[in-house]
Amino acid sequence: MKKLATFAAAGMMAASPALADLVIPDLHYRTGPYAAGGIPFSDGYQDYFNLLNARDGGIGGEEIRIIGCETAYNTERGVECYESTKGEGALVYQPLSTGITYQLIPRATADGIPLHTMGYGRTSAANGEVFSHVFNYPANYWDGASVIINQLLEENDGNLEGQTIALLYHNSAYGREPIRTLEILSEQHGFELTQLAVDHPGQEQGNQWLQIRRERPDYVIMWGWGVMNQVAVQEAANIRYPMENFIGNWWAGAEHDVIPAGAAANGYRALNMNRLGDMPVFDEIRELVHEAGNAAGDGSNIGTVLYTRGMYAAMLAAEAIRTAQEMHGVAAITPEMMRDGMEALSITNARMEELGMPGVGPEFNVTCADHGGTGMAIMQQWNADAQEWVTLTDFISPDDSVTQPLVLEDSAQFAEENGIELRCQDS
Amino acid sequence: MFYREAGDFKTSYAEDNQTFPIKFDRFRYYAVLLVALGIIPFFINDYWANALLIPFLIYAIAAIGLNILTGYCGQVSLGTGGFMAVGAYASYKLMTAFPWMDMVSVTLLAGLITAMVGVAFGLPSLRIKGFYLAVATLAAQFFLVWMFNKVPWFYNYSASGQISAPERTMFGLAVTGPNADAWVRYLFCLFFVFVLAWLARNLTRGSIGRQWMAIRDMDIAAEIIGVNPLKAKLTAFAVSSFFVGIAGGLLFTVYLGAVEVGEAFGITKSFLVLFMIIIGGLGSLFGSFAGAAFMVLLPVVLRNFMTGTLGWESTIATHFEFVIVGGLIMFFLIVEPHGLARLWQLTKEKLRLWPFPH
Repeated sequence: MKKLATFAAAGMMAASPALADLVIPDLHYRTGPYAAGGIPFSDGYQDYFNLLNARDGGIGGEEIRIIGCETAYNTERGVECYESTKGEGALVYQPLSTGITYQLIPRATADGIPLHTMGYGRTSAANGEVFSHVFNYPANYWDGASVIINQLLEENDGNLEGQTIALLYHNSAYGREPIRTLEILSEQHGFELTQLAVDHPGQEQGNQWLQIRRERPDYVIMWGWGVMNQVAVQEAANIRYPMENFIGNWWAGAEHDVIPAGAAANGYRALNMNRLGDMPVFDEIRELVHEAGNAAGDGSNIGTVLYTRGMYAAMLAAEAIRTAQEMHGVAAITPEMMRDGMEALSITNARMEELGMPGVGPEFNVTCADHGGTGMAIMQQWNADAQEWVTLTDFISPDDSVTQPLVLEDSAQFAEENGIELRCQDS
Repeated sequence: MFYREAGDFKTSYAEDNQTFPIKFDRFRYYAVLLVALGIIPFFINDYWANALLIPFLIYAIAAIGLNILTGYCGQVSLGTGGFMAVGAYASYKLMTAFPWMDMVSVTLLAGLITAMVGVAFGLPSLRIKGFYLAVATLAAQFFLVWMFNKVPWFYNYSASGQISAPERTMFGLAVTGPNADAWVRYLFCLFFVFVLAWLARNLTRGSIGRQWMAIRDMDIAAEIIGVNPLKAKLTAFAVSSFFVGIAGGLLFTVYLGAVEVGEAFGITKSFLVLFMIIIGGLGSLFGSFAGAAFMVLLPVVLRNFMTGTLGWESTIATHFEFVIVGGLIMFFLIVEPHGLARLWQLTKEKLRLWPFPH
């Protein structure tokens, strides 16, 4: 055992070079049942930072250093990754896992390191009055649920009375998040909600789809991730469920989710929080990162849904670093300055155009009290012939009158349980 | 030369019956205690605590628990993850229902609740054996995980179904929650490991332990010589679940802080603990520790070595980790099917003769 300890010590010493640079840990998962989603996101996340290094020499003249750490979507390994990287001056964590996020919220807050859980994690973290170091802009799960219902309302002339909607969800904190919102919406709009849980990792859905086949709900909404999505799309095809009535959230709407089902997946719809398309920034990444041999993965994912989202996440982080540098007048910022930068972040269409990704996301401002962004999302549809996602709508707004009270209620409960004093009371 | 019985005279029955009859062993044990209690707490940091030592200590408790049931009493169980979940949820309910309760009581009560649940699921063991019992405990695993997901009372009706441990202090120091210092949490776990290992050691070499081993070796023969199988099997289930429940409680309160039952206490956890005792050595306390160290520390050390020292990408390192750990498990099972404890025993026998083997 002592020998092992010496090995570990040697390994750790070798792993920590001198403190400098802007350190961005990437807690990715390129192995395990969720790797299909983890790989493109991480590729996009890393490639964008590499692009900034290659093109501008980092941000504000300060190089970015990415530290990769494999979590395999496992919370225990996520904690280990967090502990092993936080000492290196990590500026922001982006774990891409709701389970790991729940672990990291108290730890990161105590350590003073911001956490950006983009469209996942704890929804009520949108309330900056309670969660000082957690940001989930530009959108969260409850927004997502509300956006789907708003879109369905529009398609049904504002009336969902008597309709049945089934929620097929990953039986985890992630999948259970939208239930409360949907329950309230179902009371409000008079539709009937059926809940169908799918256990980790999600390959076995025979029962759930048997029930869907029997009850024939008007719509099926899916909160899935990893292999669960592919299996669900295939099962829906098997029972000939009308694909345009099967709607995934933004983590259940990538190319690898629908391609395995072939032509049968045609018409499947999903939300997206970022726009797709051939953006100028992709050419720069191809030229300056991939051709230089610095691609994070094999370089094949560029332009896909999750790659774009990973790149979008990296852009939001980079913009927050830039904001923090301007606010504090130093290039080598600390995690605490980074937090200030994230809280003062402002994303405008002009800025996104300037960065070579016009309209990739909605315009939004982060404030002390609001860490959640606008919550807007677009609806997209899979075209199996062209093998591409077609954007159906513009950014749709969620019903804040439903989600906001829920956010306040849940965060107030958290504040009470943990004895947190509310921030931002002077404004 | 140093490791021998000769010259170490015992003058009382108590001395003759002590756990470490050989002087060298005794001093080694004191030295380990001294390092664990007197040196590590002063040098421990968050990384060492969270990535290595606390999981090692907690899994050691779980491995001792399963070893009592499987290694000493011969009842195969695949329900360890489910019983750990009982410990975790019991801790959570106790912590939130009685905020004044101190963590030692919470953890012990969680262990007792798990013991009761364990006895209930141990009842089928009176009728069925071997693979069939393994399947029955597998049912316990799935049932318990399903129940903690299904019944919102267990997670206090939170929106996400997650449970998270509120901050609790002992002697003015935070033991749980994000503000707890690494050394406090380490010592808290170490205290439980020390007490429980001491308890297990003395249970297994006393009359109850002998009854368990008699049942393990041949239950009919044991019954004929007067061992009550009902009592022996159910006490094994109770004691084992008590240990496993405490491990589950600590895993949730001290180590992770927030837990989701399907992910943290799924079937993989049952297998992990089972692998620990198989690799460490069935029916051996040292084996439980060695197995826990092997399964918890080795992957972390390998990862640090491959990504840190060799500078490989962490993805490749993870894939290699599977290959190496898997390969090592097979290697051990082929070369030494009785586990690391047997290797340790062989070493000790060699040491007795050293430096003059016949």
